[in-house]
Amino acid sequence: MIRYIGKRIAQTVIVMLLVSFITFLLVSVMPKDPVYSLFGSDVTPDEYEVLYKRLGLDQPILVRYGKWLADILRGDLGTSYAYRMPVGEVVGKKIGVTMYMSIVSTLISFPLGMLFGVITAVKRGKWQDNVFTFLANIMGSIPGFVIAIVVLWVFCVQLKWLPSSGFAFPWEDFGTHIRTIIMPMFCLVLGGVAGVTRQTRSSMLEAIRQDYVRTARSKGLKENYIINKHVLRNGLVPIITLIGGRLAMMIGGSVFIENVFSIPGMGALMVNSVNKVDVPVIQVCVLLTAGCISLSYLFTDFLYLAVDPRISLQ
Amino acid sequence: MTAAKTYRRSGNDRMRTVRRFFRTMFSRRIVIFGFVGTMFFVLVALFAPLIAHQDPNALTMAGRLRSGSAEHWFGTDYIGRDLFARVVYGTRVSLLTGVISVLMAAFVGVFLGMCAAYFGGIVDKLLLGYCETFNSIPGIALCLTLVSMFGGGMLNMALILCFMGIPGFLRMMRASSLSIMNSDYILAERLQGQSKLKIMYKHILPNAISPIIVMSTQMIGATVMMESGLSFLGVGISIPMASWGSIISEARPYLLTNPSYVMIPCICLALLIISLNILGDGIRDALDPALRGES
Repeated sequence: MIRYIGKRIAQTVIVMLLVSFITFLLVSVMPKDPVYSLFGSDVTPDEYEVLYKRLGLDQPILVRYGKWLADILRGDLGTSYAYRMPVGEVVGKKIGVTMYMSIVSTLISFPLGMLFGVITAVKRGKWQDNVFTFLANIMGSIPGFVIAIVVLWVFCVQLKWLPSSGFAFPWEDFGTHIRTIIMPMFCLVLGGVAGVTRQTRSSMLEAIRQDYVRTARSKGLKENYIINKHVLRNGLVPIITLIGGRLAMMIGGSVFIENVFSIPGMGALMVNSVNKVDVPVIQVCVLLTAGCISLSYLFTDFLYLAVDPRISLQ
Repeated sequence: MTAAKTYRRSGNDRMRTVRRFFRTMFSRRIVIFGFVGTMFFVLVALFAPLIAHQDPNALTMAGRLRSGSAEHWFGTDYIGRDLFARVVYGTRVSLLTGVISVLMAAFVGVFLGMCAAYFGGIVDKLLLGYCETFNSIPGIALCLTLVSMFGGGMLNMALILCFMGIPGFLRMMRASSLSIMNSDYILAERLQGQSKLKIMYKHILPNAISPIIVMSTQMIGATVMMESGLSFLGVGISIPMASWGSIISEARPYLLTNPSYVMIPCICLALLIISLNILGDGIRDALDPALRGES
């Protein structure tokens, strides 16, 4: 057990190192001169030489990578080209917003999606199944930003109920928070519910087909009992993967929604940095998202171990 | 000479298989909608110049932000270009980017997946490491980074989206190759001294291909979605070219005054992706009856 956990953690560290190296490599070949970006374009050639040396750009790429990694591990994330301030500060302001949004939307969408998934699986072929499955499939096929624009049009332009943009934390201004959060949250939850419903339904159907369910039925057990004791327990295990996936998307998943509703989160920051070729910020964003994904995979694997005794350590 | 090699399907036999394929595919009525929708958009993309008479990039005499009229069916956009022509030509960009990138990804992924299964050892480990690494970078962040490096444009978008799709195909192909390699008829072939390379493309490739087809059809919808999303964010297809995502992003500021300008490309995009996904599900049902009605 401990060996397995150690091995998984080591794997995660290796993947993170690889990701960080690839990010560094990719971003360092970008056609943007770091000296001019950091110190402005009025640098004289002599100053340029000095600054070039001071930034360590004359050293081989592996050395630079080592230095960059050491800096990151020490907590120095570099300086943003666009904002001219430490990346840590820039990211720190935004990351809270995005994480708040995704955690709340996950907390709402999972119970709902699981409920719909169980209903559609148990009532397979009846009208409840047809309606919910159809809706989930349609919702899963429409891009998030299209849903967001339609929602914005209905509630903001037509009905004039809600403001079109802005964001405030509940502990800052509760009224504004509720008014600004409804539409983006609705869009995020809608997407989440569609995905969870589909996944729950298919894994429930898989569980219903199993031999032990047939045995339970032929023993004459009540259908409710079979669903609660046998199907749900086994059918909901794959949902863990989905929770992991959802956590993994915590930082990058709401780019479109943030863009439509002008929410100052990580998504907006990423798009801005890409448009401005703000290299240090892009690097940190990719690293953060990758870290998030790796950790959530790790978490998922451990959760499986804890939940399902049949999963062996191989 | 093995039995499998000398056996040739007669034409009649093949016809029957094809007919059965279509019958299972259309056994759910909704798939007909998916098929018709997809065919509609494919035809629009193919015959774009015949359908839209105006140049999608030329300014018209009508002025900017006009609503629909006999001359300009969907009205004009924010600088006075014909919206109908832009949407019609946008079909080309969206579909073509999606189809090309998925085809390339499937091709490369299948090849690499077979390599991983065939060589095993260090090659296998390296390729799996590549998959694992790229799975750890979320699609949208990776896309944004790659676009910022190489710039937008249709070819770059297709290449980047292809790059994103490869790991999925690689893993699937590797897994099915490995499982087929363990089956008895492959063992029989090998005992007869057949070379491993020949077994790979004569037996493993044809037997492992159907999940790949299913995955490709389902990936096309997702790729079209990704492309439109990136164009919507303003980092995808570059400006003069019309992609639905970029039309939506241009139109967004006019949501208050001119809602049909925004809604038309939105509806087209939603319809295309819905039809593609429904058709994909239909093809999956027909190729893999065990999965029918699962999602």
